[in-house]
Amino acid sequence: MTETVRYMDRTRDYYRALGYPSDYVWSRFDTVPFAPLAKPLSQARIGLVTTASPPDLGNRDASGTRQVWSDAISPAPAKLFTDNLAWDKESTRTDDRASFLPIEAVQHWAAEGLVGGVAARFHGVPTEYSQRKTMEFDAPRVLERLRADGADAALLSPL
Amino acid sequence: MSLVARHLEANGMPTVIVGSALDIVEYCGVPRFLFTDFPLGNPCGPPWRQDLQRTIAGQALGLLRDADAPRTIRRSDVLWPSDDDWRPRYGRVKPEDVERLRALGEERRRTQAQARTPG
Repeated sequence: MTETVRYMDRTRDYYRALGYPSDYVWSRFDTVPFAPLAKPLSQARIGLVTTASPPDLGNRDASGTRQVWSDAISPAPAKLFTDNLAWDKESTRTDDRASFLPIEAVQHWAAEGLVGGVAARFHGVPTEYSQRKTMEFDAPRVLERLRADGADAALLSPL
Repeated sequence: MSLVARHLEANGMPTVIVGSALDIVEYCGVPRFLFTDFPLGNPCGPPWRQDLQRTIAGQALGLLRDADAPRTIRRSDVLWPSDDDWRPRYGRVKPEDVERLRALGEERRRTQAQARTPG
């Protein structure tokens, strides 16, 4: 099998080339939480979470800090803003939003009865250098919104 | 996103991550991960391939049902529909880029320092 790309090594080498004196420290945990699905998948409402931004970049507050944002899955947005994210801009493209936020594909499986439904909104979470901001500020807001939507489980698809 | 998944799970919300950076997610440790071995940017399937996007979503949703322990990682059998030219490309530092990248880094640090200066 082809060896998978080692993104941590690539990122470290790239930032060293930019002249940053210390390497990025990736999160690592000894224990991993686990919540079993509380109902059959065919009855579960699925919430969707992306790392993309709204097309108008309207999720910035007055200080310019990016915030968790949400939008309706119907009508599904044709495009989202992804230029600020670290994806492989030489090898692919993100003009098909469904390639990174699978609204239609999950709706298809809801129509087929594999899942009970799709939450009415999807949620966007900023990618941050500060792991603390993600853990203490953004993640709780995503949870609040998923609960408000009646989601039983979440599908998260970072670019 | 791994950190978000961990927070949701710790508070009772099951999650599945669909992504293409296997090493980063594995290093962090997450509950359920469907690995799609694609260039970064299209974790849910190649652009405009609704058939493959449906297959991948179905595999991810199945993982929500099937996983019975954390760190469950499944590799999608959907293949990127082109050759493997993309693999060495992302983030590579070519010898001819060294000076340009160093200058870019200095510019970034200058901009960041200015942003931190009050007034």
